[in-house]
Amino acid sequence: MKPTDISAPDYFHKVVDCQWACPAHTPVPEYIRLIAQGRYSDAYMINWKSNVFPGILGRTCDRPCEPACRRGRVEETPVAICRLKRVAADFKDDIKQRLPHPGPKNGKRIALVGGGPASLTVARDLAPLGYHCTVFDADPQAGGMMRTQIPKFRLPDSVIDEETGYILSVGVEFKGGHRIESLKKLMAQNYDAIFVGSGAPRGRELDIPGRKEAASNIHIGIDWLSSVSFGHIDKIGKRVIVLGGGNTAMDCCRTARRLGGHDVKVIVRSGFEEMKASPWEKEDAISEDIPILNYLVPVSFNHDKGKLTGVTFQKVRAEYDAKGRRSLVPSGEPDQTFACDDVLVAVGQENAFPWIERDCGIEFDKWGMPKVDPKTMASTNPKVFFGGDAAFGPKNIIWAVAHGHDAALSIHRLLSGEDIKERPLPEVHVTSQKMGIHEWSYDNDVSTEKRFKVPHRDKVVALKDIRAEVELGYDVKLALGEAHRCLNCDVQTVFSTPLCIECDACVDICPMDCITFTKNGEEADLRQRLKAPALHPSQDLYVSPDLKTGRVMVKDEDVCLHCGLCAERCPTGAWDMQKYYIEMTHAGSSCPTKSRSAA
Amino acid sequence: MTYIAKPKFHHPGLPKNDLGYTRRDYEGKISTLCAGCGHDSITAAIIEACYELSIEPHRVAKISGIGCSSKTPDYFLGNSHGFNSVHGRMPSVLTGANLANRDLIYLGVSGDGDSASIGFGQFAHSIRRGVNMTYIVENNGVYGLTKGQFSATADRGSKSKKGITNTDNAIDLVAIALQLGATFVARSFSGDKSQLVPLIAAAIRHKGASFIDVISPCVTFNNHAGSTKSFDYVREHNDAVNRLDVLIGREPITVDYAPGTVQVVEQHDGSRIALRKIDADYEPHDRVGAMTFLQKHAAKGQIVTGLLYVDPDAEDLHEHLNTVEKPLNRLEADDLCPGSAVLDKFNAGLR
Repeated sequence: MKPTDISAPDYFHKVVDCQWACPAHTPVPEYIRLIAQGRYSDAYMINWKSNVFPGILGRTCDRPCEPACRRGRVEETPVAICRLKRVAADFKDDIKQRLPHPGPKNGKRIALVGGGPASLTVARDLAPLGYHCTVFDADPQAGGMMRTQIPKFRLPDSVIDEETGYILSVGVEFKGGHRIESLKKLMAQNYDAIFVGSGAPRGRELDIPGRKEAASNIHIGIDWLSSVSFGHIDKIGKRVIVLGGGNTAMDCCRTARRLGGHDVKVIVRSGFEEMKASPWEKEDAISEDIPILNYLVPVSFNHDKGKLTGVTFQKVRAEYDAKGRRSLVPSGEPDQTFACDDVLVAVGQENAFPWIERDCGIEFDKWGMPKVDPKTMASTNPKVFFGGDAAFGPKNIIWAVAHGHDAALSIHRLLSGEDIKERPLPEVHVTSQKMGIHEWSYDNDVSTEKRFKVPHRDKVVALKDIRAEVELGYDVKLALGEAHRCLNCDVQTVFSTPLCIECDACVDICPMDCITFTKNGEEADLRQRLKAPALHPSQDLYVSPDLKTGRVMVKDEDVCLHCGLCAERCPTGAWDMQKYYIEMTHAGSSCPTKSRSAA
Repeated sequence: MTYIAKPKFHHPGLPKNDLGYTRRDYEGKISTLCAGCGHDSITAAIIEACYELSIEPHRVAKISGIGCSSKTPDYFLGNSHGFNSVHGRMPSVLTGANLANRDLIYLGVSGDGDSASIGFGQFAHSIRRGVNMTYIVENNGVYGLTKGQFSATADRGSKSKKGITNTDNAIDLVAIALQLGATFVARSFSGDKSQLVPLIAAAIRHKGASFIDVISPCVTFNNHAGSTKSFDYVREHNDAVNRLDVLIGREPITVDYAPGTVQVVEQHDGSRIALRKIDADYEPHDRVGAMTFLQKHAAKGQIVTGLLYVDPDAEDLHEHLNTVEKPLNRLEADDLCPGSAVLDKFNAGLR
């Protein structure tokens, strides 16, 4: 293998698994260390800069970081990254003074359609640069689906008010109760750029016999959730069936439990394991006495004199073809009927762009989705950009934020007369953490604690009040314990070939057998010859140039604990622990070229 | 010296031996020696060898004297018996322990100061008596604990860190061990675990006095140009006569050796050593030949490593003394005092 080029910004970025997996690339270990130090405001601001909604995401994020967390490959469970983010939001001081100030206006006007996370991110990135950003939303308040579809017992209004408030305070104009009915009309108002962040607002229908006849007791999940959110609906029948296995279904069933549903069950077509809902959301539903029944395909709504009486299901089983593709085939058992008073349909969401005229320069594909460049977020109309669920279909908040940053950068470059396809490199700092002979400026003593549970409100109390937040969040002590579980993967092991005397000290001390000195070879061959098997090909090998004996140093990055013992036991300082900090390029980043500061 | 303990986590793919232990289960406390010390590599090699042999840790007694090397038993086999004795007195303590309980595996860990200076006589007598043990000398040629004076194994003409030339002749412990009748004699290098680990494993399985001299660079005081015990010097002058694989049990030798290059030595306990010859003419059963070979190469400034001599049918001290099979420390009053009837019979035999 060729020697690893550690100056490529991506190399060390990939080692920080959580940050690499995060669509917005939030510097996770950095803010977790700040939490451990009690510097909650600093931790919050790192998050705020990167993911815009730390308090909201700390309660609701889909957490792609956690399955990626190295800790999950070392022991059973990853670090509770998401809930630590909430700690930063919960315990911070007043940070208003640290928000960017609205800059002098540059005379350029941006229209943003939809007041959800994608549009708000674009507005937050652009407003401080002097752009006049106007956000339009049909709802009276900003927040989009974060406000209307996520139940208040998971995400209180106060958190949404606070964090959308920060964005509006940097000089963003919000026009609530103002639905955009025609893109053409909006374009006619001569905005310099338009951003579409209108989400995926339409709940998918379930068109089976009885749907029309029993319509008064069959509700589309996301519409029903927003009606609950606005207070238009405050009760439901005693027996409720929720159809669908995603996170919306989980929100529906738990909301139903709080509005008078005693016998609430979730029924899904697929197996329990393949459900789209996050495992922790399924857990929360089950703990509220909501059974989840699987392999049942709804075939009809049963009704009597216009009133829903139940739902009939066909029993299926999963079959896999040679390529591992699953199909659900009838199991041959008799159909099963469940009696109920109400049904909530949460079988997916769809995009809908009835307000975009098809002749305004935006091309759509055969599925009715706009053609959007995934890097620049630009549509085929150079002045119109898309982001969030509106761009590529339903994803989640953190993806909407990532889209927002990319779109804002494109808009800024476009309106500065620059090529939007050219994306400036991120800013990277690599700094030695050595303080003394065996002292590092990070806590390298690896904690063996198991993941700490987040305290929950008493179930009886929680189920009585739809606005009572179920999760109470970590207290300071639990947060400290959880923060110590972080392995500091951003503190990188950096190897200097000329200093190495090949004494084997690092090989002998490494608790995870990451380091091997051996003859070089092709990657597949080299992976076989390491001191411990290299289990994950997606995890890179760090290979040095040739050493004095003609061998090379090979480090499997996979399960490195970043404990720094290799560097402590190295007699010549050939190993050093260096903190890698990457700042993703946002609109207006001051340093558009590659920068590297030496240790 | 390191401040934090080695984390308890280990690689998820770490294999287990026949006893269900991983290599990590054979570790001891974290080393307090200088970073990069060759002794730590020897520690790692002992751990590896004991893991590979599936040795039950409580069946091992590790005994040492004084010095950097003699600190190392604290860093391996944390669940074994240990005795850190007076300077140079490890061989006596080991001999005594071995006589009292012949069932344990004895690891004598010593250094060049401990064995070639203050304990030179002790070393000599334990070897000539054929005590069943693995005697490892971690040989760095300097007194590291007292700031790097030449030790008795430092080569004449080699230079200290400050540039002073050694004018005394060196003691070659391997030559002495051969001369005194050790039945397993080897030399190796701390920086070459692929050679060292099987040597230690074979020595542990050997019945009789096994002696391994391991050159172990002192990174703090003896790893400079002019030293003959530095990483660079040993790597340049290492003349390995063979490499070996230890085979336990009866399974056929499956490793693919080129014809004529391998010599299988079966030891007393049934374990076999497959010796891959590097020097085609080297004969590891010839004590006199080994001594000559060693002297010739030493004169050329070469460091001969590998398994230099082995007598697979060796006898140990207990056989020489004709002691009972049962360890002496487990003999009860009934065993030691068989009663007046036996005494009468015995006395009758003398009349």
